[in-house]
Amino acid sequence: MTVKEIFETMDYGPAPESAGDALAWIVDQGAAFGHFIDGAWTAPRKDFQSSNPANGETLADLTQATADEVDAAVKAARKAQPKWEGLGGHGRAKFLYAIARLLQKHSRLFAVLETLDNGKPIRESRDIDIPLVQRHFYYHAGMAQLMESELPNAQALGVCGQIIPWNFPLLMLAWKVAPALAMGNTVVLKPAEYTSLTAMAFADLCQQAGLPAGVVNIVTGDGAVGEMITTHDDINKVAFTGSTEVGKRIRQATAGSGKSLTLELGGKSPYIVFEDADIDSAIEGLVDAIWFNQGQVCCAGSRLLVQEGIAERFHTKLKARMDGLRIGNPLDKCIDVGAVVDPVQLQTITDLVDGNTEGETYQAAIDMPVEGCFYPPTLITGLAPSSHLMQEEIFGPVLVSTTFRTPSEAIQLANNTRYGLAATLWTENVNLALDIAPKLVAGVVWVNATNLFDAAAGFGGVRESGYGREGGWEGLSAYTKPKGTPKALKPVEAFSGDKGPLDPLDRTPKLYIGGKQARPDGGYSQNIYGRNGVLLGQAPIANRKDLRNAVEAAHAAKGWSGTTGHLRAQILYYIAENLSARSEEFAQRINALTGGKQGEAEVETSIRRLFTYAAWADKYDGQAHGVPIRGVALAMKEPVGVIGALCPDEAPLLGLISVMAPAIAMGNRTVLAASQAFPLSATDFYQVLETSDVPAGVVNILTGPHADLAKPMAGHLDVDAVWSFSSADHSATIERESAGNLKRTWVNNGLARDWMNAEGEGRAFLQAATEVKNIWVPYGE
Amino acid sequence: MQTPTISAEGHQLPTAIEPRNPGMELDLDWVRTAQANTSAIERRAKTLPGRRSVKKEYQAAWLCKAISLIDLTTLSGDDSEGRVERLCAKAKQPVRADILEALDMTGLTTGAVCVYHDMIESAVASLKGSGIPVAAVSTGFPAGLSPYHLRIAEIGESVKAGAEEIDIVITRRHVLQGNWQALYDEMKEMRDACGDAHVKAILATGELGTLRNVARASLVCMMAGADFIKTSTGKESVNATLPVSLVMIRAIRDYYDRTGHRVGYKPAGGISKAKDALVYLSLMKDELGDRWLQPDLFRFGASSLLNDIERQLEHHVSGHYSAGYRHAMA
Repeated sequence: MTVKEIFETMDYGPAPESAGDALAWIVDQGAAFGHFIDGAWTAPRKDFQSSNPANGETLADLTQATADEVDAAVKAARKAQPKWEGLGGHGRAKFLYAIARLLQKHSRLFAVLETLDNGKPIRESRDIDIPLVQRHFYYHAGMAQLMESELPNAQALGVCGQIIPWNFPLLMLAWKVAPALAMGNTVVLKPAEYTSLTAMAFADLCQQAGLPAGVVNIVTGDGAVGEMITTHDDINKVAFTGSTEVGKRIRQATAGSGKSLTLELGGKSPYIVFEDADIDSAIEGLVDAIWFNQGQVCCAGSRLLVQEGIAERFHTKLKARMDGLRIGNPLDKCIDVGAVVDPVQLQTITDLVDGNTEGETYQAAIDMPVEGCFYPPTLITGLAPSSHLMQEEIFGPVLVSTTFRTPSEAIQLANNTRYGLAATLWTENVNLALDIAPKLVAGVVWVNATNLFDAAAGFGGVRESGYGREGGWEGLSAYTKPKGTPKALKPVEAFSGDKGPLDPLDRTPKLYIGGKQARPDGGYSQNIYGRNGVLLGQAPIANRKDLRNAVEAAHAAKGWSGTTGHLRAQILYYIAENLSARSEEFAQRINALTGGKQGEAEVETSIRRLFTYAAWADKYDGQAHGVPIRGVALAMKEPVGVIGALCPDEAPLLGLISVMAPAIAMGNRTVLAASQAFPLSATDFYQVLETSDVPAGVVNILTGPHADLAKPMAGHLDVDAVWSFSSADHSATIERESAGNLKRTWVNNGLARDWMNAEGEGRAFLQAATEVKNIWVPYGE
Repeated sequence: MQTPTISAEGHQLPTAIEPRNPGMELDLDWVRTAQANTSAIERRAKTLPGRRSVKKEYQAAWLCKAISLIDLTTLSGDDSEGRVERLCAKAKQPVRADILEALDMTGLTTGAVCVYHDMIESAVASLKGSGIPVAAVSTGFPAGLSPYHLRIAEIGESVKAGAEEIDIVITRRHVLQGNWQALYDEMKEMRDACGDAHVKAILATGELGTLRNVARASLVCMMAGADFIKTSTGKESVNATLPVSLVMIRAIRDYYDRTGHRVGYKPAGGISKAKDALVYLSLMKDELGDRWLQPDLFRFGASSLLNDIERQLEHHVSGHYSAGYRHAMA
């Protein structure tokens, strides 16, 4: 076209970014890659190929790792780890800083390579992915530097196995590798088989940075390689980002192994627009929510909820905006929507949309490329919450929509999902925004914005979107553990006997459910004897129905989570006060149950512990993260919800209080399985609860064999977390059963904890009792 | 509702004649529900230059388009007839003839010449036969605080002197005080005073305090019949910006969606680079559509922008970076 013609049409024309340097880099590497193990490349094989989804061209040959190769990578990481950790925070900070610098120097190479391999528009890889990658390494260079002074009780986990997805290949690598290295771990990382090339370039860059051999190891291949990593005996931690389905399998596969696990999984994130919102900005936000990276974003705002009064106008404007999107060659600097990562993924999206018979489907009226993996921006309106596409993650450029009438209905619709990764809300009303944001079940909430990310703000989900945070101070716990080597925990056996009671007047301990004493559903009890064989009483044997009732009672007490820390402190103090009034009786009971002389000390420590958490109740503050926007990311600590716990056997009163107090101090409701061997302190204790203004259902106490309760408790789909300090090791059962709704688990793996001392209380408990929600609030008028 | 655009042969290349915006009753419900979220608007504005790019012959064509949209402006206390004649000569021949020939764009002119009232006569004389209209700033420009009846009278004088376009300034305090009725009445009276001359409403956005006010003032001026809404006088400390532009053109879009009348947009002040002009063009194209890339619906109020565009065009033609002195000054 001539200038004169273009003057009339005012078309954009092609504006391609050159692929030359990136393609030359691939050729320089031989266009075939082995694994990066122990600081060197293995000989490449042509096992599978990486291709450009925009045109189907092969980019390079890649090698599918064997079990021996994975083993070699783990060995190299293991060998390198002590020295890497021993380098100290400053020593590691220097390497992380060097990596950040190198990423900056080669930023365009990485951006073009990412676009070639993944199909995302060059604007995104250039302006979003790669700058965030650099930012993560800079930020965590700082975390390495500060580790010794700010986290004096933390140490590295060891060797981390990391499995990352194809939607943000290098960014997910950075989210995993940077914090792991900062905290002194070494890693074995597997990129997704569709998109391994930037990880290969990153390995190259590690060499340039002089990173010690074995600190970063990268093996390539499909899910089978991922499985070899997750099940490898010598891996201390598994970090996975990917689908919920695979996440659940990993949870089951690692159950009972003692491996630390964090999962960042799928989502169906709500995008809520209230009638007073800046509608044009909310629509522009949707472009960044669901048409960013072709909608292949775990936190994509894929579920549009619009207030009824503006819905028609909103949808009309949205369709017009969709018609202005430009789809095509991802290397073109003037393209909004690039290629879907692979034909397989394209087919999945196509099938899901074609299979839908509900609502109205609108596809953007735009020019589509004739070849390559492209799917048009799509909007499906008029769906109901029950529609398949309102529930299932599509992972493509497809937005589904429904309407709501009131703020409370918006919350109900938003939370009507198995997922809980992110949420977006638009309103000009600060009262509404700050009321809604905490009520959305999600790890990240954006107010009047969407898809904002930064290394300083933790990212991660709740419910079946997984657990753990990446970024911020809250992300470091995924790569550290407390210092010290715990000892094995010996099973505590109940005493047997054949003598009668000392006092014939019967006292009948019951279960404590919903603020009431309840007989066990099954109608069975067990005799509890002292060391001397004297019958101390009968403890009810709770079954799965009692557990169900207790969980329901706990849910009914949801108001507790909305109370103030001050109120919860008052109640914890009151419990301590009432316990203190009966301390002698409780001490004698403990001595009778355990046959020891610790009773007085245990009661005294219990009172002290209640004071500790009464103190914490209004002091475990969130943070305002310093993110690089004009605004704040508020890291709010929220209760996990309903926590089930198998209480320690060895300390019948203190063990229960050590679990209960932090949980309720943070606003959780609890279902506590008392010490199996010595349950009668717990049944005495509910009388204290009854006199201490503890609302019904906040604390529920069950007695009976832990083995009977572990499985239904961990498998219950309406329990949000399960902790186990049982002396019989139920860790494997609990972790395996927890996969059903991916509830959080905290298990002892058969290791002991000293309840009488510092490790029996403190931040570890508070952390387990809370979730960090990051609420991004940009501001400015 | 949509109004058909009538095509006709204009003064240079075929252009369109847009039926004038007749205005409407003041709709306070609409005005008061207009929102503008500053941080979201700023994010959109900030990422826009990275989302759109035009290269090579496309860039050259777009820059020629930008020239055709410039209100070549001089608004200085020391303006004289001679100065204005030079400016008009530049408007008629905005780019060196050999460059325009190479681009096959001979005959390209700027959109208009914009001057103070006293300079209208010499501008009209200089531009006679060129088809380039003269725009005059009016109504006590730039502050708009002279006696109201004199402001109205000034419009009549300028129209009589031959100005085809009148750039009025609004009373900012009406916006700051939320006195939308007063703003509407003032705008309506000014439009009436313009007669057949087109009226551009200068909002002086740098003095309106918030983007929300910009959105609401834009709507009120359009309801009162403005043919164009314009950002600034060029005399405020903050003039045309991308966020302000986004707010105003979204208001234009809303007004068009609801009434079917197209209102023009003129960013003024602070646009001095060819690259900025390209971003503005893509903003108009993406938010409002191609129809708004014609001189009857889009103008740049600028003085130094033209020189930078000339250098870029010479670079396109010759392949070498150019120098300012190789291009004729205004």
